[in-house]
Amino acid sequence: MEERNLICICCPIGCSLTVLMKENTVEKVTGNTCKRGDVYARNEVTNPMRIVTSTVKVIGGRGDVVSVKTKEDIPKGKIFECVRALKGVEVNAPVHIGDIIITNVANTGVDIVATKNVECKEA
Amino acid sequence: MFDYDVIIIGGGVSGCACARELSRYKIKVCVLEKEEDVCSGTSKANSGIVHGGYDAKPGSLISKLNVRGNEMMEQLSKDLDFPFKRNGSLVLCLNERDMPNLKVLYDRGIANGVKDLQILNKEEVLFMEPNISHNVYGALYSPSVGIVCPFQLNIALAENAYVNGVSFKFHTEVFQIKKRDEGFELQTNTGGYTAKYVVNAAGVYADKFHNMVSENKIHITARKGEYCLLDKSAGNHVSKTIFALPGKYGKGVLVSPTVHGNLILGPTAIDIDEKEGTNTTKEGLDQVLSKANMIVKNLPINQVITSFAGLRAHEDGHEFIIGEPEDAKGFIDCAGIESPGLTSCPAIGEMVVSIIKENMGLEKKRDFIAKRKGILSPNTLSKEERIALIKENPAYGDIICRCEMVTEGEVIDAIRRPLGAKSLDGIKRRTRVGYGRCQAGFCSPRTMEILARERNISIFDITKSGKDSKLVVGTNKDTL
Amino acid sequence: MKEYDIVIIGGGPAGLAAAVSAKKNGIERVLLLERDKELGGILNQCIHNGFGLHTFKEELTGPEYAEKFIQQVYEENIEYKLNTMVMNISPKKVVTAMNHEEGLFEMQAKAVVLAMGCRERARGALNIPGYRPAGIFSAGTAQRLVNMEGYLPGREVVILGSGDIGLIMARRMTFEGAKVKVVAERMPYSGGLKRNIVQCLDDYGIPLKLSHTVVDIKGKKRLEGVVLAEVDEKGNPIPLTEEFYSCDTLLLSVGLIPENEISNAMGVEMNPVTMGPEVNEILETNIEGVFACGNVLHVHDLVDFVSQEAATAGKNAALYVKMGNARKSTGEKIPLNAKEGIRYTVPGSIHVDRMDENLMVRFRVDGIYKNCYISAYFNNERVIHKKRSILAPGEMEELKLTKEQLLHYPNLKTITVKVEEV
Repeated sequence: MEERNLICICCPIGCSLTVLMKENTVEKVTGNTCKRGDVYARNEVTNPMRIVTSTVKVIGGRGDVVSVKTKEDIPKGKIFECVRALKGVEVNAPVHIGDIIITNVANTGVDIVATKNVECKEA
Repeated sequence: MFDYDVIIIGGGVSGCACARELSRYKIKVCVLEKEEDVCSGTSKANSGIVHGGYDAKPGSLISKLNVRGNEMMEQLSKDLDFPFKRNGSLVLCLNERDMPNLKVLYDRGIANGVKDLQILNKEEVLFMEPNISHNVYGALYSPSVGIVCPFQLNIALAENAYVNGVSFKFHTEVFQIKKRDEGFELQTNTGGYTAKYVVNAAGVYADKFHNMVSENKIHITARKGEYCLLDKSAGNHVSKTIFALPGKYGKGVLVSPTVHGNLILGPTAIDIDEKEGTNTTKEGLDQVLSKANMIVKNLPINQVITSFAGLRAHEDGHEFIIGEPEDAKGFIDCAGIESPGLTSCPAIGEMVVSIIKENMGLEKKRDFIAKRKGILSPNTLSKEERIALIKENPAYGDIICRCEMVTEGEVIDAIRRPLGAKSLDGIKRRTRVGYGRCQAGFCSPRTMEILARERNISIFDITKSGKDSKLVVGTNKDTL
Repeated sequence: MKEYDIVIIGGGPAGLAAAVSAKKNGIERVLLLERDKELGGILNQCIHNGFGLHTFKEELTGPEYAEKFIQQVYEENIEYKLNTMVMNISPKKVVTAMNHEEGLFEMQAKAVVLAMGCRERARGALNIPGYRPAGIFSAGTAQRLVNMEGYLPGREVVILGSGDIGLIMARRMTFEGAKVKVVAERMPYSGGLKRNIVQCLDDYGIPLKLSHTVVDIKGKKRLEGVVLAEVDEKGNPIPLTEEFYSCDTLLLSVGLIPENEISNAMGVEMNPVTMGPEVNEILETNIEGVFACGNVLHVHDLVDFVSQEAATAGKNAALYVKMGNARKSTGEKIPLNAKEGIRYTVPGSIHVDRMDENLMVRFRVDGIYKNCYISAYFNNERVIHKKRSILAPGEMEELKLTKEQLLHYPNLKTITVKVEEV
């Protein structure tokens, strides 16, 4: 039996959760004061997912960088691989919200998309 | 032949006042400064007070130069266009027992030639300054005391000297001074320089250079003074410079408006071993606040926007040492220039020139430019003038520093003018960008961009205050 | 002099929502003034996700959230000026502004909406001792450098203050290759959201030291390190708990202050707790026709509430312009008193005859409270008594008052809000 400790993020109480695991399946969640804590803990120990946000360089734009994100959340363990994939990436202006910057980043099946409009620099 | 007739070590107020006085004559003068800008040591961190001259012992050089410097400051501020205001001072006596000491100050002032001194009683003091502690018993009022912008005074002297032909070498640190049969040879990190005369205006390091050429050793102690600066919203808390009766370590903690409208509290006085020890301490800052609270009531200390420490160049005998050591003719000390050094600097310049004049004939330049125009602040203009200015130069229409309302036009002027700013601190001291309540949080990315553009340098070479003080170290993900 | 019905000061989330709302409520001559080179305000540098859950039911990044409102400004054809600094507003609502195309210019407004946002507290406000080298940034300045300009301010980072911007920057700097060594918080609890502590610190193994502060700053030219120490209940450093952290960067995330220089200069009455204007039920300040919303009024945690509040201010400004005196209250001004555990309320007073059917009163508590009640007393009678399992200073709270409820109390003189223990 493996034990994992978490802090619940569902509300400001921040319950200290203990998850009992047996061969990667959740046996029991304790320490939560509501149902939401149980759900959070089960997801967090079996398949923690995160949205990753960062920037990439823009050429010929009104700004020098454009902000980007993973279009959906990706496995937590893939975060750094994802960030490293953004290193050295340059896009040409104009860039618009939703434009795909990288497809299938770090083999997650998720694309990196722009989150800001960067128009071309005036001549 | 010498590289220069006169080399001045140190670009603080003393050095720059000497440089400016010497620039009236047909000689080659050079200022060596170890930092990247003038006004980088003692001159940059002090109270900014133009003292009356009632503190010093009658007959001392300090007393003479203080009174003379105070007299000269007003005309100098007009000639060189830096902010100066005679706001007057009150030295408070908080109990009857100490009243004789107040009288001692009064008598000294009279003996030193300080004009218009008055001893006031409690009611008169409180009428003048309602926020003074109700414990006050009486006060010495000195109307001739003033406030000045120490940076702008120093920078104005340097700019004017430069315009009149003085060279300035920055990031140049003197390692060794050798006496030659005639004149001196100075070794620095940027090479060797020879000069017929050397002016030693090296602040807390003046003992080091003096002792290289003279057997009559002197000793300078760095005496730290810590300050708190309050927001402009607190600037009217008092209108005069408020002192407590002086103690063993000098004039004690004062409370004063600054010439820019902030309120300044300080300094403490602690002797330290380190000559670059400009760090503030918890004890020091606590002491500043508690002592300031003893002389002025209801201080809005939640309005503190920054704190800082400066080092006074305290000489063991507590006297200015200005002149040539017996065994090193041609080497002119400006040593032990602690308070009232800022006040005295114009008189120090005069005195150093008179010493050189005795030794060598000095011929006046016909084309000496006596006036200098400071950086134009649109805040001082009428609406119509301001509109016309922006039309002529749109850079005056962009606010860079929202706290002090400084425009891009002023920042550009600070960079492009003679001996212009090379760092964020350089811009700050010239224009007040970053001096306000947000302490450069808003403006620094913008100022960095303007500086990089104007100096045509990379953003990675932009510094806060010269080499080793870079602000950004790389680009996103560069080490991943 | 050019005339406008409503001039809105600030093109961040509050200004954008106020402008759109004013226009949608039938006002044609609306002008939005923004000092930066683009609309969106601070959202442009908040590139992390988590915005808009309440408003759009999806998690957006800051720029995406801003864009939704900017698009509405375009669609509604609302006039706006960029790179324009408002210098001054007279009590008669003459707005003086400056930019480099038009120079210094004035316009007459019928109503003004203050939406200038807030600024960060600086090191000086904490009086942290030590040297003053390069490498000390407010978290927001670092955020701008990293997220909008692509520059890394340093490689080894200590963060003081666990406000949300500090927490977010811990993760951002980590993603961009910096090593964040520790986050120190002077209070015994974090100033930021739980979710940010887990997802910005815990995910990356960054320690959070509660009840710790910076007691010394080392390095004369560039920062070389800081000394942290534990503090007692009064916030004073405890001797012998000092610990040195080498770092080239110190980020400060130690609080936000509403930016009210212009409001102060025009004579707007301030609340000493929020440091924002004192407003009534229509978010109007003591100067008639001058409204305030967003972080200039009180610092919010969630942008959704800023947008809601600003839409209300925009609507009320529109009604003021359209109705003039007909909009004046004929009833009494009922003060809302913040007592026992409540630091402040916004609004601070209510005219019952003029209020909407529902009024959201927003407030913050002064400490952590568990298993307690939020109560509202109408005069001396407890009318609202709501159980709460936890209240924390970092989380803005709200309480709904209805007009119907208040009309039951014709002799209402005061409303008092307090925290009550079980």
